[in-house]
This record gives sequence, structure tokens and C-alpha cells, in this order.
Amino acid sequence: MDFLQPSSWDDALAARAERPDALPIAGGTDVMVELNFDRRRPGALLDLTRVPELREWTLADGVVRLGAGVPYARVIGELGDRLPGLAMAARTVGSPQIRARGTVGGNLGSASPAGDAHPPLLAAGAQVELVSAARGARRVPVADFFAGVKRSVLEPDELIAAVLVPEAAGPQQYCKVGTRNAMVIAVSAFALALHPDRQEVGTGIGSAAPTPRRAPEAGQFLAGELNWAARTPLPETLAAEFGRRVADAASPIDDVRGSAAYRRHSLAVMARRAATWAWDDLRRAA
Amino acid sequence: MTTTEATARQTGRIGESAQRPDGTLKVTGEYAYASDLWHDDMVWGVTLRSPHPSARIRRIDVAEALTVPGVTAVLTADDVPGENAYGLEHADSPVLAADVVRYVGEPVALVAADHPETARRAAARIRVDYEVLPALTDPRRALDDDAPRVHPGGNLVRHQRLRRGDPDPTAPVVVSLDFCVGMQDQAFLGPESGLAVPAEDGGVDLYVATQWLHIDQRQVCLALGMPPEKVRLTLAGVGGAFGGREDLSVHVHACLLALRTGRPVKMSYGREESFYGHVHRHPATMTYEFGAERDGTLVYARAHVLLDGGAYASSTAAVVGNAGLLGLGPYRIPSVAVDAYGVFTNNPPCGAMRGFGCVQAAFAHEALMDELADAVGVDPVEIRRRNGLREGERTITGQAVDSPAPVAELLQRVADLPLPPPADTADIRSLPGAVGNTTHGEGVRRGVGYAVTMKNVGFSEGFDDYSTARVRLQVTGGEAVASVHTAAAEVGQGLVTVQQQIARTELGVERVVVVPADTTVGSAGSTSASRQTYVTGGAVQAACGAVRTAVLQRAAVALGLSPAALRLDGDKVVGSSGEVLADLAEVLGGDAVEETVEWRHRPTHAVDPETGQGDAHVQFAFSAHRAVVDVDVELGLVKVVALDTAQDVGKAINPDAVVGQIHGGSAQGMGLALMEEVVVTDGHVRNPSFTDYLLPTVLDVPPMRVEVLEYADPHAPYGVRGVGEPPTISSGPAVAAAVRAATGRPLRRVPIRPEHITGT
Ligand SMILES: Cc1cc2nc3c(=O)[nH]c(=O)nc-3n(C[C@H](O)[C@H](O)[C@H](O)COP(=O)(O)OP(=O)(O)OC[C@H]3O[C@@H](n4cnc5c(N)ncnc54)[C@H](O)[C@@H]3O)c2cc1C
Repeated sequence: MDFLQPSSWDDALAARAERPDALPIAGGTDVMVELNFDRRRPGALLDLTRVPELREWTLADGVVRLGAGVPYARVIGELGDRLPGLAMAARTVGSPQIRARGTVGGNLGSASPAGDAHPPLLAAGAQVELVSAARGARRVPVADFFAGVKRSVLEPDELIAAVLVPEAAGPQQYCKVGTRNAMVIAVSAFALALHPDRQEVGTGIGSAAPTPRRAPEAGQFLAGELNWAARTPLPETLAAEFGRRVADAASPIDDVRGSAAYRRHSLAVMARRAATWAWDDLRRAA
Repeated sequence: MTTTEATARQTGRIGESAQRPDGTLKVTGEYAYASDLWHDDMVWGVTLRSPHPSARIRRIDVAEALTVPGVTAVLTADDVPGENAYGLEHADSPVLAADVVRYVGEPVALVAADHPETARRAAARIRVDYEVLPALTDPRRALDDDAPRVHPGGNLVRHQRLRRGDPDPTAPVVVSLDFCVGMQDQAFLGPESGLAVPAEDGGVDLYVATQWLHIDQRQVCLALGMPPEKVRLTLAGVGGAFGGREDLSVHVHACLLALRTGRPVKMSYGREESFYGHVHRHPATMTYEFGAERDGTLVYARAHVLLDGGAYASSTAAVVGNAGLLGLGPYRIPSVAVDAYGVFTNNPPCGAMRGFGCVQAAFAHEALMDELADAVGVDPVEIRRRNGLREGERTITGQAVDSPAPVAELLQRVADLPLPPPADTADIRSLPGAVGNTTHGEGVRRGVGYAVTMKNVGFSEGFDDYSTARVRLQVTGGEAVASVHTAAAEVGQGLVTVQQQIARTELGVERVVVVPADTTVGSAGSTSASRQTYVTGGAVQAACGAVRTAVLQRAAVALGLSPAALRLDGDKVVGSSGEVLADLAEVLGGDAVEETVEWRHRPTHAVDPETGQGDAHVQFAFSAHRAVVDVDVELGLVKVVALDTAQDVGKAINPDAVVGQIHGGSAQGMGLALMEEVVVTDGHVRNPSFTDYLLPTVLDVPPMRVEVLEYADPHAPYGVRGVGEPPTISSGPAVAAAVRAATGRPLRRVPIRPEHITGT
């Protein structure tokens, strides 16, 4: 197995184009597991950790451009105020060791339905920037990025450069159910972002469908029912109805981590609670 | 207080928390575990395993595998020179499957190659032609007439009956329940590993992580068709065991490959293979009934216990014995009818695991005790105190308890410990779901649960249970040094330290070397059944005593005094009032004094097969737990807030190590209550990894208050009582009880999963 270690973004893209058999590796927290379990046998590893551009984040016009190689620990430490939903999700990832190495780009690269970064990116309306040496850059809404279980629209000659996440305009929440209190893959997860500026509710569901997905109908329903002007308390019945609609948007399966019925049920509970917390935060902020 | 402790003179004798010699190495990652074994020129062995729970092997074609460059050997059942069978109680496991496979993961063929990767690739090229047969995967069907037969002799491994008192008892209050326990894994961190080195005499030296070198040696000899002097075993660094290393794993396989290739062969399982490479804790299906007076005093108990033994016998019979003979807890019960069964199925084999049959039963009898408490209107502590065994009373097998049995006191002690403060809703890490951020206090209910247990220590039912110790005292570098040699396996529990402490105490020397465990000294018995401090500790004490007698004899002659007036202390020979009479080094001169002792505890006896009556056990150990949990009842998530315990250890030879055992055992029991389960569907393990076999993390295990009682057992060396297992038994049922108390749900199965709590 070859080990390619470009030190610039252009070299990385060139290597990606030249070696379709190369597997990009960032933190390696998914890749090394796959190699160790003998599930994958790439001709080469394309190490992206020496590419400076991938390890930076910048802010322009209210949008955070988060380099694909920024580890979770830095998302938590540096972006908790601007991207609170993503930072909350990052806090739930693995252990301190995994958060020090694992990246949002790697999470997207793996495109697991259980990836913790995905729901908050969906709720925030983020875009993924994909680049190839041949065709340059393109931006894909996160909602269109996932193509199936552990599949995405990333082309074989493309790399993920960054994810573009609008700065939070209102409260965000991320909730994740696992069977233990740390170091656990989500049995189900839910992200919520209130966008008071445009009176919208963003949603993201994890581990309860073949891909991470939004619950657009539930979001529109809640946005339509909320009293954005007076910010009156969120009635419990409304929160519960929102929860039910979020659960309806999922299409979970039974597996060793949990039952489909439980996944739906837990989504309804998390969505109800998250909506209540976020709305209460918004009311307090007013 | 801490300062005084730290500055107090440490002599490293018994009763002090002497430092482990392997402690620093383990913490810094420098300790060599079995998986670190290395030999120049070695090749790597891998195992091809069955993909089917039940199948006939029509043909095995190894031709293609042999053509892979780097491959040095490919072996199948035909290459086993001795008996193609091993097993702890019955030699029913093939070394390599010959005509049929009986579970997914059963070894079928072996490959040796110059690189593990090459060996794995070659193994994938072995063509095995299977005829898939109907599999028996539901243990409840095992004894049906039309069930597939896993072995020609039928599917029953053992049925233990127990009958005592009134055969037809009645009582004013009757409670009953069904309970199921899932399959737990030992989940030791160091996977199965060993290195076999072919020797010039045609024999083999095997370095392996195990719990009992001599029983391994016996089985390896049988399979290799070699006498014991040709098969020498040395203990390699053991990364945890918990019963999962009582059966053979790589042992015979590595030796076969080494003898065939003439090269040292290393085998080391990966994590996934490890889940197939050792036995698990028996899943159990149980039905229990208690009859009691209106005040809760037990009148009778009935129990039906079914243990799924999986495809091979392993130690199922002994586990059934425990589940039957100890299956009703530490209670005084006049009339008893118990039937415990162990059956064969085509599920993964089950065998020894910490708590050994008592763990499963305790979930049932402790849940039923709480039912009884409810039915008669007393609290869970009181119901247990009322029925708790006391010294001098008889167990359900009719055996008189002849050392302290502080059941009531242990319960009172945990009940008297302060309760934790209410959950801090400002810190999500302290709430169910923790950083998952699933609740800020919504749906959270607190529950408290109690449980108590009694576990046999050492081997029971007439087994000849002994250990051998060789102790030598000689001068090295001007100082008297004791060396202690036993074959007892240090598996992390701290036995090496205990041996040192005993030798220091008995011989009054500072420096004690514990020689690596191997088969050049007699058997020490297994590191299991909470027995090594008791039995090997007893052997070391006795051997030291013999050495001391010999040394004092010499000193007496030299000093012209009676040996009775002399003692050994501080590397000196001292008189009755402590006055120094001679340097031990001088007394020894250039000679070594060495004694080897085979030491036995009091004999135990087989029980009557019809009634289960008899003095089956040499010692009982007791512990009680109180668990406090917060449960998010809407999401079914649990946070164990406190897990406090009291345990009688007889004598704490090393207090820190005792507390460490209690912490670990408690966490392991809690794990079974809440998350640890090998999920098996149609004979296939669905979660053979630590991604989905969940062990409690630091955010799951609460701080524990541990009350250690030291009521000496007058029959045991120093009064010790086995420590390792009881906490694993009483912690889980206490956690389950606390979750029931918090949720109001019956929860008759463990691990309790979130959906059991939410009912979805
Ligand atoms: C113990 C443990 C616990 C874990 N816990 C969690 C958890 O709680 N939640 C969770 O979501 N995940 C968890 N994971 C999985 C993993 O940590 C995450 O998916 C992480 O985000 C992966 O990031 P990485 O940088 O390590 O990716 P890598 O392993 O380096 O790569 C992952 C995939 O992305 C591709 N890739 C990486 N960067 C790029 C790029 N710039 N362009 C194109 N493709 C790219 C790689 O080719 C690969 O396919 C855990 C893993 C472990 C080992």
C-alpha cells in the first residue's frame, strides 16, 4: 500500500485525480478501523493532514467556512458560539482521543447515517464544498450530499474542501440517544436550529433512516405555529405534535443497537424537548 | 490522615497496600502482554472458522491455500496427532472440526505463514464444502423430542435437582416471576495470544495467557499425543480473564503449527475473533416462586433455571451446579425445590465467567425478594435482613455455615451510607444520556435498589482443590532473598503482590522475588472461583512456614538456643522479645533453603444427585449492594448515580487490591444489568466488537463507597475470604432493582434496554 502525503491542496487534488485507488485519510478514526477489520484494502492512502488549507476555518458574510480537516476538539473550543449545534454534536463524538483526531470532513466522507455532524449541518442548512482538479469546485447542500447508506455524491476524483455553515441566527440544539453515557454510536439523534431571522425551523435526523435526513414538513409545521413576533411560550401540545411529525419523517430499522419503534419514539421525545429548550432560549434572549 | 498513611513505615507485609511490581509497567504501557510475545524467525498462525451454526463438512480443500507464497503449513483435523478433543469437564470440543461444525466460529483449519496478513489471505482460500444442517438455537426447545441433537448423547449437559423440607409446602403469601439474563462476555482487553516454540527434544514450549497452566497442559498433551515433560507451559502476560481463559484457545493450534513447521508460531486473535475464541456467560431463562409468612419470613422456594450451554460442554455442568445449589441466595429457606438445567444448542459455547451461575440466579431471586417485600409491605432491606442466613444455620443444601455470615449487617451498612444528592440539572454529564443532551431534568426519576449475595469460594462438590508452592531462601548480593514459585496465574488481580506480602510476613525478609509461573512446579489450580489468595496463598504460607522451620533450626544450632524461642524479622533472627540475635544472611551463608508444599483446603463433598443435599462448599463469601439510579423514563436512559457496597473479605491481605476487585466486579455486574450483551440471532453473533458490545465507561460507572468488613474465617489462611466474585453478583441485581423502583416497570430481563423501559 502506498502512502501519499501531499503538502498542498493542489498536490492533494492532483494525487486524487491520478490515483483513483487511493483512499483519503484525515483523522483516520474511520479509515483505520476499516483497514484493521479488513473491510477495505485501498491501493494507497492519501494523507490530508499536511494540507494547511483543510485545517483552517474562516468567517465571511455570516458563513463559517470550516476546513474539512478541522478536528472536533477545535470545533468545540473555537466555534461553540457561532455553530452551537455542531459544537454540541462534536461534544458527543467518541472520546477525547477521537475528538482530537476526528474531523467533520471525515464524518461527511464516511457518510454514515449515524454520523453526529450530519444532523446539525442539515438543521443549519450547510453546504459541502467538493473540489476536483479537472472540474474545480462545486457546492452541494448537505441535504443533497447523502446518496444512501454510507454513500454520498462525492466523485472518485473529488475531495471535500470545506463545509459552509451559516452562523447561528438563533438557538440550536443537538440530542443523541445511546445505550451508554459516552463513547457510543447514536441509536437515534436529532438536531434543531431556530432561524428567527427568516422564521424557519431547521431539523436534522440521525440514525433513523438510510441517510441522515431533515424533517422538512415538521419544521415548516412548527415554524408556522410559533408566535415569532410575541414569542409566547411553546404549548406542550404543539411541541408534542412537532415531535410526532419528526418521528414520522424517519424510516428507521431494527438492528442490534435499537428497535425501529424505539428510534421513532425517542425522536419524538428528543424533538419535543429540543424545540422547547430552543424556544425558551429564544424567549429568554429577547 | 492521608499524610500519616503515606509516611507510615511500609513493610509490604499482609494487611498493607503493598505496591504491585507490574503496576508502573502497566500504567506506562510497557508491560509485555501475551500479544507482545516475539521470537526471531517466528511465523504467524491463523484460524479458519465455521460460518454456520450447524453443518456437515463434506470436504476441505487446502490446495489453493498452500500455493500462497509465504505459507508454511495448512492443517485440518487429519493433522491432529493425538486425540482430536479437549474440554474442561468433558473432552467434547474438537481441536479442529472433523465431520461437523456445531457453532459459528468453530475452528476448522489452521494456516501458518511468515506474515499474519498472508496467513489470513491463505485461510480465505481454503475451500470447505459444507452441508448446512438444521440448527438448534432456542435453548427452551433443547430437551424436546424433536429438537435437533447437537451431540449424539442428546442435548442435556446436566440437570441438578435440589429438594429439601416439605415436598408440598403452602404459604399465605406467594410471589413468582420469570426472568431472563442475556449473554455477557468477559471482554478482557488482552485478546487470546500465545507463542509455541518447538524444542530440540521434539517437544514444545508454549507461552500463553491463561488461568490454569496445568489443566491446559493436560489437554494439550492429549491432543498432541505427548507426555507432560514434552509440553512445557509458561504464563505470558495476561490482560484480564474473568473465566474466559479457562478453556483452551490458541494453545493446541499454535503447538500443532510449531511442531509441523519447526518454527516458533505466534497466534493472536483480533477483537472480533476474540468474541468467537472464548466461551461466554450462560444466558438464562428462569422461573422462581417464593412462599412466605405474612411477615415475609420465607417458607419455601421453587426455581427452574435453564442455562444455554451452547455447542460444547466447557464448564456448563459446574455452572449448573452453582445455579442450582446457590440459586436461591443467602437466605434461610426451610423447603426448597430447584431444578437447574444446562443444555447444548448450536449457539456460541458458554462456560466460566466471574460469578459462575450465581450471577444469573441472583437477578431472579433478588427481583423476587423485592416482590415479596412489596407483597408483605416491608422495605427491601428489611425483607432481606429477616431472611438472611446467619452463622451456624444451614444453606439450602443442608450445609452448616461454619464461619461468619453477616448478611443482615452488610445490608444495614449499605442502607446506612449517605444517599447522593439529587441530580444536578445544570450539568448534563450527571444526567441520564449525559453529553447526549437528551434531558435537562425532564422525565428523570430516581430509584434505589438493594441486593445481596452469597458465593462459594474455591472448587466445590468434592473436587480435589489444591495448590503447590516452592519457596526458597538464599543470600543474593549480601541480602536474604526469598523466591516464590507457583504455577498460579496472575491475571491482573494482584496475586503476585499477595505472594510477596505473605513471604515477607512469614519469613521476615524485605526482598521477595516471584518467579514466573510455569509447569516446572506443581499445579496451583485455576485462577477462578475467587480462590487463589485462599489456596495459593495457603500454599505459599505453608511453604514459607516449612522454610522458616528449617532456617530457625539452623539458627538454633548455631546460637545454641531452642528454635521455639526464635523468630525471623527485618532480615534478622530475633529472640522472643525482638532482640536481634543474628543476621539472616549469616545464618544462611552460601546455602539455599527450599521447600515445596502441596496445600489443600478442607475437603468438599459431592451432593446427592436426587436431593442436592451435601456439604458442597468450603467457604461462602457475602456482599451487598445499594444502587441509586436516575432514569429518564421517557427515553429509557439510565444514569447510575451511586453504587455502594459492603463486603466481608475475612482479611484484607492488600486493602487497595481488595477495593480494586470490588470496584471492577461492581462495574461488571452493572454492565450486565444495563448494556453488556452478546446478541445472538439464529446462532450468529451480531455485535462482535467493542463498537456494539458496550462496556461501561467512566461516565457510566459512578463513584463507589466500599465498606470492607474483616470477619476472619477461622478455617482459612489468615482468615481470608475470596473477594473477586461477590461484587459481580450483587451489583447487577441492585442496579436492576433501582431501575424498577424508578420506573415502576417489572423489567424481567437484563440487560435492560431503553426500549424495555419505554415500552416501545
Ligand atoms: C472509538 C471511536 C468512536 C467514534 N465515535 C463516533 C461518534 O460518537 N460519532 C460519530 O459520528 N463518529 C464516531 N466515530 C467515527 C469517526 O470518528 C468519525 O466519523 C470522524 O468524523 C471521522 O473523521 P476522520 O477525520 O477520522 O476521518 P477518516 O477516518 O480519516 O476518513 C473517513 C472517511 O472520509 C474520507 N475523507 C476524509 N477526509 C476527506 C476529504 N477531505 N475529502 C474526501 N474524503 C475524505 C476518507 O477517505 C474516509 O472514507 C468514532 C470512531 C471511533 C474509532
